[in-house]
Amino acid sequence: MQSLQEVTEEVLRLAASHFHVPREQLSPNDDFFKKLGIDSLQALDLLTRIENHFHIEFPDYELQGVSDFRTLAARIQARL
Amino acid sequence: MLDLRNYSSLGAALRAALERWPREICLIEADRERENCRLTYRQFKEAALPFARALQDSGFAAGNRAAIIMTNQSKWLISAYAIFYCGGVLVPLDYKLTAMEHLQHLAHSKAEVLVVEYHLWRALTQAEGFAKLSVKTVVVTEAPAAADPQGAKRWEDFRDNREPVFVERTRKNWASIVYSSGTGGRPKGCVMTHDNYLEQCAALTSLFPFWPGVRYLSILPTNHAIDFMIGFIGPFVCGATVVHLRTLRPEFIRDAFTRYHITYMTLVPMVLKNLEKAMRQRFDALPPPRRRMLDRLIALNRALTRRRPHLWLSRFLLRNVHQAFGGQLRALFVGGAFTEPATLQFFYDLGIPVGNGYGLTEAGTVITLNDLKPFRADTVGKPLPGVELRIVNPDSNGIGEVATRGKTVMSQYLDDPGMTAATIVDGWLMTGDLGRLDAMGHLRLLGRKKNMIVTEGGKNIYPEDIENVFEGIPVKEFCIFAANYVWPRRTMTGEQLVLVMRLDDAAQFTDELRSQIAERNRRLPDFKRVGGCLIWALDFPRTASLKIKRDALADEIRRTTGRSAMISL
Repeated sequence: MQSLQEVTEEVLRLAASHFHVPREQLSPNDDFFKKLGIDSLQALDLLTRIENHFHIEFPDYELQGVSDFRTLAARIQARL
Repeated sequence: MLDLRNYSSLGAALRAALERWPREICLIEADRERENCRLTYRQFKEAALPFARALQDSGFAAGNRAAIIMTNQSKWLISAYAIFYCGGVLVPLDYKLTAMEHLQHLAHSKAEVLVVEYHLWRALTQAEGFAKLSVKTVVVTEAPAAADPQGAKRWEDFRDNREPVFVERTRKNWASIVYSSGTGGRPKGCVMTHDNYLEQCAALTSLFPFWPGVRYLSILPTNHAIDFMIGFIGPFVCGATVVHLRTLRPEFIRDAFTRYHITYMTLVPMVLKNLEKAMRQRFDALPPPRRRMLDRLIALNRALTRRRPHLWLSRFLLRNVHQAFGGQLRALFVGGAFTEPATLQFFYDLGIPVGNGYGLTEAGTVITLNDLKPFRADTVGKPLPGVELRIVNPDSNGIGEVATRGKTVMSQYLDDPGMTAATIVDGWLMTGDLGRLDAMGHLRLLGRKKNMIVTEGGKNIYPEDIENVFEGIPVKEFCIFAANYVWPRRTMTGEQLVLVMRLDDAAQFTDELRSQIAERNRRLPDFKRVGGCLIWALDFPRTASLKIKRDALADEIRRTTGRSAMISL
């Protein structure tokens, strides 16, 4: 199983690639809404990409109350 | 459809619908590309009755209250029907609230039964204050077999087929307690009667009818007042089909349109705008000759539908666009917040009318609705049949507070006679919104009288509720306002919150302070964040008990300082 750090790194890489920003501009504690300037629907788009990458299913409600990459990664890791 | 005049309660009307169309499909629950369930009206009844039986066995009786906390799914509707069948009062709670807020609303509503999805139940059991939960019976759905339901009963265990007793209700009896967002943690439980709902349903379906074969796509959770009416009661009393989609992801919504040949759908402005953006991008990507052809067809459709929609003509002229929506779409409904006229016009020009309206939970959801005779993008339509509307104390331009009266207005706020008296004055519900009626009887909304904003996602945000997040920032005092409340703009668009700060003597607005504010802002969900701040040079006016006199402060700012003084964050 991947460690939380590895999952966080993968999430950051996917977010950077999905929204076309340099990876080094993103860090685990960043609020992805603010940092990427996205709304909740765009965040759901990213989630689809993450699901395809990790081969998991991640219900929409799991995003409830999550706004930073580290917490998102922890929720993903719990489903791996 | 059923003649709703013959029924005295939602339970009775729904019960008659289940008998009237036993073989029609009433409910489809889809999750992504999978279909979780597909029920006929008869199967819906067979799914609901064991649950009603279990409720009655647990002592649940007429007038008792039962809350539902669930995402958008079929068991929401089945549970609600079982509650009405037993003569119960439904308390639909928004699953997106925090566990603390759920506990607060459960206590305030005095709910005796709670129906809840397992993941939400788990969050509740871990929340501070859970020990005080006074609900007698908790029913949990979709709990994994190995999970400890922590005192809750499992929905899947209800298999008793003995017929429960149908409990009659009168029109004046309570049907539901619906929570509308209030300020300062003061719950606003709108008490709706069976009469409120049956009258609203009759009025809405007279403008936008349903019938067997109509398919309504539901992406909003059913606790949302609009979805409760247009995505549950309306279709059911007409023998139509509700398709629940358990995800909001655009690719699956697109897929659902074509797979289920959707007739109607309700969305919030944010999702509608997103759809518009995606369609514009697709149009822009067309080769220039095809793009020019599309533009000509759109212009032709616009000219031919100026007076009223011509569905078949639009489907013929703009075939590809309509095929992408499944080929059967008749209208979209938008609600929960203000929608920009340009977005409404964009869809209408494609032959997809958007039933744009205006409403409040307190007024039984919808007050005004665009009747498409003709389509108007610049207004929120005319009052529904049976709904009275007036503008209170209009200024020289005819603008004043919108007030409404009729059978759809709630009976009261639960256990709050003071707030009820302040909101329903001489039978008129004061909306707190500013508007003007034009010569055609259409309502135009032109700002708010109250200090609040509504986001494009349909969320009401009261500035007082987020002030605690900014407690401790190094300033002498601060206060948050809706910018359009301080500086009225006669518009409902571009709403944002402004943080007004009185700095310590001789202090400056530094980068350090800005970053502290930004850090606090990040603790809030994106839609609750403050958009700008204003430095105020005087002490805030306060009452004898040292509360900030918000109205006096807003007046003072409005009188002396322009919106341009606001520092963007």
